[in-house]
Amino acid sequence: MDVLNFTISDILNGYKKKDFSVSEIVSSYLARIEKLNPQINAFITIDSKNARKKAKELDGKDITNTLHGIPIGIKDMFLTKGVKTTASAKLLENYTPPYSATTVMRLEEAGAISLGKLNCDAWAHGSSGENSDFGNTLNPWNFEHVPGGSSSGSGASVAGSLVPIATGTDTGGSIRLPASFTNTVGLKPTYGLVSRYGVIAMASSLDSIGHFSKTVEDSARILQTTAGHDGYDSTVSKREKEDYLKGLHEEIKGLKIGVPKEYITDALNADIKETFNRSIKILEKLGAEIIELSLPHTEYAIATYYIIQPSEVSSNLARYDGVRFGHDRSFFGKEAKRRIMLGTFTLSSGYYDAYYKKAMQARTLIIEDFKKAFTQVDALIAPICPTPAWKFNEKTNDPLQMYLSDALTVPMNLAGIPALSVPAGFSKNRLPIGMQFIGPHFSEKLLFRIGNNFEKETEYYKQTPNL
Amino acid sequence: MKIDVKKIAKLSNLEISPEEEAEFTTQLNNILSYIKQLNSLDTSSIEPTAQVTGLTNILRNDTELHESLSQNDALAETKNKHNELFIVDKLVETNK
Repeated sequence: MDVLNFTISDILNGYKKKDFSVSEIVSSYLARIEKLNPQINAFITIDSKNARKKAKELDGKDITNTLHGIPIGIKDMFLTKGVKTTASAKLLENYTPPYSATTVMRLEEAGAISLGKLNCDAWAHGSSGENSDFGNTLNPWNFEHVPGGSSSGSGASVAGSLVPIATGTDTGGSIRLPASFTNTVGLKPTYGLVSRYGVIAMASSLDSIGHFSKTVEDSARILQTTAGHDGYDSTVSKREKEDYLKGLHEEIKGLKIGVPKEYITDALNADIKETFNRSIKILEKLGAEIIELSLPHTEYAIATYYIIQPSEVSSNLARYDGVRFGHDRSFFGKEAKRRIMLGTFTLSSGYYDAYYKKAMQARTLIIEDFKKAFTQVDALIAPICPTPAWKFNEKTNDPLQMYLSDALTVPMNLAGIPALSVPAGFSKNRLPIGMQFIGPHFSEKLLFRIGNNFEKETEYYKQTPNL
Repeated sequence: MKIDVKKIAKLSNLEISPEEEAEFTTQLNNILSYIKQLNSLDTSSIEPTAQVTGLTNILRNDTELHESLSQNDALAETKNKHNELFIVDKLVETNK
């Protein structure tokens, strides 16, 4: 059976009509993984035995759950009880957790079936995927180009239809970059909407738990399951649950969508600029009003982020001492060492005020920029990266160049606001390009509505890589 | 200001080779000079932000009991154990 480009709805409809069984679906995806993963390297642990067993249990059962028998890939930052979890880092190469992350438990309770664990930059440190200790994941659209990171395996596996959906984490762009580079939909939710419990911590004031899918509707469906308080992460908001699928198809006529002029600079390459302009025209056609505005502190975002993030990384990675689990600290790779040392420096005695405190003040200014913008418009649209996916090894020797590729994604993490990455076209040499819709805290519903309208008009998700 | 990589590596409890020391010194100081552009921003009257969605302390009564990891589960991932306890390095009187 051909599962190429199946969405959650396609699979659920097929189950309802008895076109295929859960076991057949799981087997078909596992067959694709078996065929394509040796090249793409999106999965670093394949859990076919458990997957087949769970599929069999669901065969012939009534569909009572929202994700009944939906195969899923789990980024290897999420703990999975009894299944090896490494953060794609050699230090944790033999670690098998005794419990699962809240998100994993909720997805499984809703009927999703994990096919295994997905490659990423080690400890989620990276923009390209090249920092994994277990080899590069290739971009299904062009094997010479990076898939984007840190959720490299998540974007690549959904793009290649190795799974219909996958989990991801976004601390500075780690969902949106790979989504943009692979023609998939990626959601970075509001900080504190989805529990971080059981997800290996990177930078605690920035980490957001999100996911990848083929369509915006699927993205809303997943958030429906993952969002909300679990009692294990005190930063999760106790606000009332929303129905993210409701209003998805309402038109966007009359919505005010802002274009932050600091994002549309000469730093954007021609393909990105062209795609951006075309996206604006589509929004106008759909009846949205486009308003140019300013986020004046944008230029300080990377500097602010590369103080706050490594500081928090150095603190979170201090727990890896090889005593209770994992290897000792000599197993850290170079990027982790760089970030630990940078963070140790910026937090060290005598430098705290000059760096960390200064960055937290700059963060306030960046937040105020967004707050002001959202008094004028309902949402924003912006590119995700100044270029499409670059070639392997292009930036690996210059960490600063690599860090600068996050310039258009880190501001949302600093402000804790949600952003939805949606396929928006292709470059001249057929590399995918995504755009992000950005809204105020807890505005995911609005972003899904804009994204869904945009997607229905463009249908880029229907295009698939030649594999 | 420059980063003394040797000193910072020690504070970070990381062992680095002489080659790494040279490489990291260049790379980290490049990043540091980039970060310094924040100095041009006047933040004298700006409050720092640590929590973005405005949450404050979340408290609960100390009456809810949850099952936690069993001793066996907690010790399952280590070789450093003795009498069902973790073995750790001596913290005082080291010769280092």
